[in-house]
Amino acid sequence: MRIVCPFCGERELGEFTYLGDAKPVRPVAGASEDEVFDYVYLRDNVAGATSEYWYHGGGCRAWLKVARNTLTHEISSVEPALGAGAARVGA
Amino acid sequence: MAGAQTHRLDKGGLIDRSASLNFRFDGKTFSGFQGDTLASALIANGVKLVGRSFKYHRPRGILTSGSEEPNALVELRTGARREPNTKATTAELYEGLEAASQNRWPSLRHDVMSVNQLFAPIFVAGFYYKTFMWPAKFWEAIYEPAIRRAAGLGRAAGVADPDHYDKAWAHCDVLIAGSGPAGLAAALAAGRSGARVILCEEDFTLGGRLLSDGGTIDGLPVAEWLSRTLAELAAMPDVRIMTRTTLFGVYDGGTYGAIERVNDHLPSPPEHQVRQRLWRIVARRCVVAAGALERPIVFAGNDTPGVMMASAMRTYIARYAAAPAKRIALFTNNEDGWRTVEAALGAGLQIAAVIDARPDVSAAYRSLASKGGFPVLHGSVSGVEGGKDGVRKIAVSLTGGARAEVEADGLAVSGGWNPAVGLTSYHRGRPKWRDDIAAFVPDGAPPGMVAAGAANGDFGLGACLSQGFAAGAAAAHDAGHNGKAGTAPVADDEAFSLTPLWHVAGKGKAFVDYQHDVTASDIELAQREGFESVEHLKRYTTLGMATDQGKTSNVAGLAIMAAVSGRSIPETGTTIYRPPYVPVAIGAFAGHHRDETFHATRLTPSHHWAAEQGAVFVDTGLWKRAQWYPRAGEKDWLESVTREVKAVRGGVGFCDVSTLGKIDVHGRDAGAFLDRVYINTFSNLAVGKARYGLMLREDGIVYDDGTTSRLAEDHYFLTTTTAKAGLVMQHLEFCRQVLFPELDVQLTSVSDQWAQFSIAGPKTRDLLKEIVDPAEDLSNEGFPFMGAREVALRGGIKARLFRISFSGEMAFEISVPARFGDAMARNLMLAGAPFGVTPYGTEALGVMRVEKGHVAGPELNGTTTAADLGLGKMMSTKKDYIGRVMAGREALVAPDRQVVVGIKPTDKARRLRSGAHIIPKGQIPGPGNDQGYVTSVCFSPTLDQWIGLGLVERGRERIGEVVHAHDPLRGEDYDVELCNPVFYDPDGGRQRG
Amino acid sequence: MKYSIFSLARAALSGHKNWQRTWRDATPKDHYDVVIIGGGGHGLATAWFLASEYGIKNVAVLEKGWIGSGNAGRNTTIIRSNYGLPGNTGFYELSMKLWERMEQDLNYNAMVSQRGVVNLYHSDAQRDAYARRGNTMRINGIDAELLDLTAVKKMMPFLNFDNARFPVQGGLLQRRGGTARHDAVVWGYAHAASALGVDIIQNCEVTGFVRDANGKVTGVETSRGKIGAGKVGMAVAGSSSRVAAMAGLRLPIESHVLQAFVSEAIKPLLPNVMTFGAGHFYVSQSDKGGLVFGGDIDGYNSYAQRGNMPVMEDVCEGGMALMPMIGRVRLLRQWGGIMDMSMDGSPIIDKSPVDGLYLNAGWCYGGFKATPGSGFVFAHLLARDTPHEEAAKFRLDRFRRGAMIDEKGQGAQPNLH
Repeated sequence: MRIVCPFCGERELGEFTYLGDAKPVRPVAGASEDEVFDYVYLRDNVAGATSEYWYHGGGCRAWLKVARNTLTHEISSVEPALGAGAARVGA
Repeated sequence: MAGAQTHRLDKGGLIDRSASLNFRFDGKTFSGFQGDTLASALIANGVKLVGRSFKYHRPRGILTSGSEEPNALVELRTGARREPNTKATTAELYEGLEAASQNRWPSLRHDVMSVNQLFAPIFVAGFYYKTFMWPAKFWEAIYEPAIRRAAGLGRAAGVADPDHYDKAWAHCDVLIAGSGPAGLAAALAAGRSGARVILCEEDFTLGGRLLSDGGTIDGLPVAEWLSRTLAELAAMPDVRIMTRTTLFGVYDGGTYGAIERVNDHLPSPPEHQVRQRLWRIVARRCVVAAGALERPIVFAGNDTPGVMMASAMRTYIARYAAAPAKRIALFTNNEDGWRTVEAALGAGLQIAAVIDARPDVSAAYRSLASKGGFPVLHGSVSGVEGGKDGVRKIAVSLTGGARAEVEADGLAVSGGWNPAVGLTSYHRGRPKWRDDIAAFVPDGAPPGMVAAGAANGDFGLGACLSQGFAAGAAAAHDAGHNGKAGTAPVADDEAFSLTPLWHVAGKGKAFVDYQHDVTASDIELAQREGFESVEHLKRYTTLGMATDQGKTSNVAGLAIMAAVSGRSIPETGTTIYRPPYVPVAIGAFAGHHRDETFHATRLTPSHHWAAEQGAVFVDTGLWKRAQWYPRAGEKDWLESVTREVKAVRGGVGFCDVSTLGKIDVHGRDAGAFLDRVYINTFSNLAVGKARYGLMLREDGIVYDDGTTSRLAEDHYFLTTTTAKAGLVMQHLEFCRQVLFPELDVQLTSVSDQWAQFSIAGPKTRDLLKEIVDPAEDLSNEGFPFMGAREVALRGGIKARLFRISFSGEMAFEISVPARFGDAMARNLMLAGAPFGVTPYGTEALGVMRVEKGHVAGPELNGTTTAADLGLGKMMSTKKDYIGRVMAGREALVAPDRQVVVGIKPTDKARRLRSGAHIIPKGQIPGPGNDQGYVTSVCFSPTLDQWIGLGLVERGRERIGEVVHAHDPLRGEDYDVELCNPVFYDPDGGRQRG
Repeated sequence: MKYSIFSLARAALSGHKNWQRTWRDATPKDHYDVVIIGGGGHGLATAWFLASEYGIKNVAVLEKGWIGSGNAGRNTTIIRSNYGLPGNTGFYELSMKLWERMEQDLNYNAMVSQRGVVNLYHSDAQRDAYARRGNTMRINGIDAELLDLTAVKKMMPFLNFDNARFPVQGGLLQRRGGTARHDAVVWGYAHAASALGVDIIQNCEVTGFVRDANGKVTGVETSRGKIGAGKVGMAVAGSSSRVAAMAGLRLPIESHVLQAFVSEAIKPLLPNVMTFGAGHFYVSQSDKGGLVFGGDIDGYNSYAQRGNMPVMEDVCEGGMALMPMIGRVRLLRQWGGIMDMSMDGSPIIDKSPVDGLYLNAGWCYGGFKATPGSGFVFAHLLARDTPHEEAAKFRLDRFRRGAMIDEKGQGAQPNLH
């Protein structure tokens, strides 16, 4: 697999570390145990198109949001993950 | 002296007759020529018997001329370089080559295990699943060892591989697999278009079937066209041709794996050269021109030495000038097989007969037969008479029912051609069936890949050239290169007509998978027992699981299954294709990552100095750390470590702690950021002060700890444990970038930028005064406990000084730029000499931390909470932080959790060991009363006994209780007392003094 | 026909023409007491134990492809019960005891080979962790031995003891651990379950759940029609999230690819099963002669059943670091399976929040060795509606309660387990 880092260009899989699904958003301060449990433990675990967090530790140390297909491993887009998991009031 | 090459043709071939090479097979000396493979040289010497089969130990000869060979496997080379299961058909001959047949005893000709053939009626597919069950214990003791000894093929060397392997990356626009007509045409088109091209050819000579089949291209004899084309390609600077290189796999993102056999054609690699090189090739486009493999027909006795694929036979004749037989019969179901007859006649060999399963034979070949004076028999081969010395007689069932016999010493067989669909199918694609050629062809391919020519099911020379050329041009275009490709090479297509024929019924064993001895009747049995799915068929009979991965057997096997189960071949389907296309040495995948260079080695800034002191080093992750510094006369490590601890506690010592992770945290919101990642508060830390911090994972479990100092209003200096240095950086970057983008904060890893030393003991200040600029105030008032600031050293270097203590003594940690680390260690020794300064290693560090009750790796084990560690009070209730909510779950705050407690044997002379479990006194150990375990131990010189820390159920409520340390692994059982984990200076007066 | 050397010999006389199907080719009935989704080792074992231990024989096992086509057919065949945490320890030992009598129970030779499993250690900290684990095993009545360097050298003289980057210091040995022939386990359970009346239905993909007015699951929709069920059990590790989603459930599970490798067959080289402690590499040698080995998961979510080169290289590097004698042995085949990676690295066997639907999921790397134990306790749960005592800690709500069983201490990050 090769990921096109928006800062470094196309790089080999070995430079990156995977974290997981980029869909969940961290609950706001004061959220209930149930809400945080859902955020920490439950996954859609989609077979198909997903967006997920990858860390370019072997390069610029950017966290990236990568749109990838878990059935084919094809990557359709890569963007910085800036604020992607930030708590959203009212979310 | 080598014998005469009895089967070498007088002329022709691509061998160098001026370069004669001696080699040995099973101890006997032969000779061949440069340009031979081991197989062609054996054939030239009239050798027919080269191996024994896996299960029945049947005598076997050479079946093919390529990497699909199932039979002719040998142990190549000797000693540490012995390579089991090497295909004689791809092993290049070199002077002094030594090879031995395998899976036979005592000799190839007289193999005791061929007695297995007598049991063949019982040794059918899957027989072992039905027996060897009684008595149960006999499996490991008797049955399995016997089966294991009988199975397996060649013997591995059994000692370390003496050769080196390399790994490399390459990038190109167009990658081409194969140098036959399609591959070369693709390279021409892509190269002329201006693309960067890599062409991989597994053979040592370029040309593929052009080397064997003859013909005319662009009006030139193929040999001439070939040399002209290779010259044109050689002149293109961006075209790289790699021979002896097999493209074995395709991975994601246009990454391909290839293995280059750099020096396998020599007795051993020249000095400083590798044996093989693993290539990771990144290509925008890939043209698979890997050709097709001729397939056998299954009939009784089809494994007799001397039965050979028709195309292989003409390769041996045309390319190697070696005659597999002198009187040859051909059994074919297609037009292509006849070309072997032409080649044999051209070389002056005799044709005994052609057995053609088709109803019609072309007029041209009819007249060839009448000119050559050999009969054309319409029908099938139903049996072969012969043995280990080869074919003698062939039984033929004629169409219409009559029988005939043909005397011959060789039988060429052609059942048609299977495109090499491996590469195109490795992304779990399934090939599709094409009726006209009765074969599977690629149905799509991984992104960026296309098949051309025979690999795509189009076998004609003209079609190969035009398809290859078009594919090469299109690939270059897709990769952004639009130079003039010119015109495609032109050739006629040979006629190709085929009547499918998979299996000829007859008496005797008819082999589908030669190497695994899978017969047609095994397939019928599998069907009878319900193993009808091709995957069940494969797994039950082991069809296609041998070293050739079924290259010659899979399609015939599933065709027979289709026939007996009343389905069509496409309905029956294929098994999953998996890489590698050919087996690849494990050493090549490892490259230089073995022995001391398995992983990188990280050295601390004072490493060389420590080595000069005679330090013993320990591996800590990738780091080498000084573990202790033995002195002359000390009898063991314990004596050295005890001395070091006493020296610190009584005077002063120092230790390199540069391996800690170090992160500069800058920005207006640095304090607020740290508040969110630590359980305690850092925004209220005064500038010039340090504080111990603990961070959790989001699931509420402790992640890491360390001391963080505030060096300026907007600048903190954070340290992590050695083990988590990289991971904490990654975690903090996640928090900063993904979770808290609104905070004005920046993180910089400075782990490698600072050399850091802990200086500890009551005389620390005396020593520091010799190092630090006299203007700096190091008094207890001027630099109190948990103070932190930049200081100048004598000589002007700036350092960071932290008054923190892991040992429990009056102590500082000092950071200097890493390049001064070595000088710092030497300076500390010089300046500290008057105070008896003692360098100490990680063992003494560990002893003092246990004495002081500090938790470390064994306690921060990924399942403990802050409260478990006795640090629950640090958890702020006034703010949100990572892990806060999940840390409150019921089972994580349950009162009966195992928590950190001190442990000491009641018998002071007793040694305590980590990993011993804690059982209530007077109870018999069992799952119900296993209350915890000892996590860390040391011999405490201060207390003069072994002490430790443990995680024990309700431990803190049980201080003073005597329990059992239960250690059945080491046969130990003894009483220990649960105690306060802080064994030394519990009030902390010494570190503050 | 009972399988034995005598029946084989008799069959040989008639050219093996009289053998029956190993399991009946059943057509689905309208309704079963229990429908099990997933014809892998776990599903078939569950069916066999339901029929043999609990007398529930009106059972169907539905398999979307061919039985054993999931992880039962693509693992590294290791069996062991060397776990260190309450919950796992007892369960895997139950499973080991069932391995020890499987072949006689099933009348099928699954080549259960108790050749020993050695986990090597390379540091004091690793030794201490193994000591803790080995003592846990012994306290639970499981065999375990802590080997020092001398003992390891004697048992495996071919390891790199001379110039290793991380020298071997010793190992934790479970002699009763070993290997079993993975496909034969599937076929053995199918053979025995079918004989007791269980319907094994291949090429039958479940496409949805049938629910009654109260939301209770009363059957499944399949590619071969609707099938009614008193209870439905899921044993589809690798696809758990996909199947559970049809019932509206989200699970604490991610799907990851785990690669495995086999070398060409060679004469016996390795006597036992071995894991490298300083890298990602474990290995055994099959009875056929191939070295069967693997390492870490690729680390990213995947349903592709194939992996990439970095892990293949990493695994082979581990192999060469430990045993440089395998350098010239050739890697023959590389494959990948989909792992149900749970949030603590341990499995889930429980009633689901949906009435009538039962979960058997989240096996991580432990699936194959768990096969008989998993079938036994899942059958108990389906038959009795209460967890078997050895599976009582594998509840789904343990994550919500904070009662994780986290052997590796990595928390809710599945790719690190």
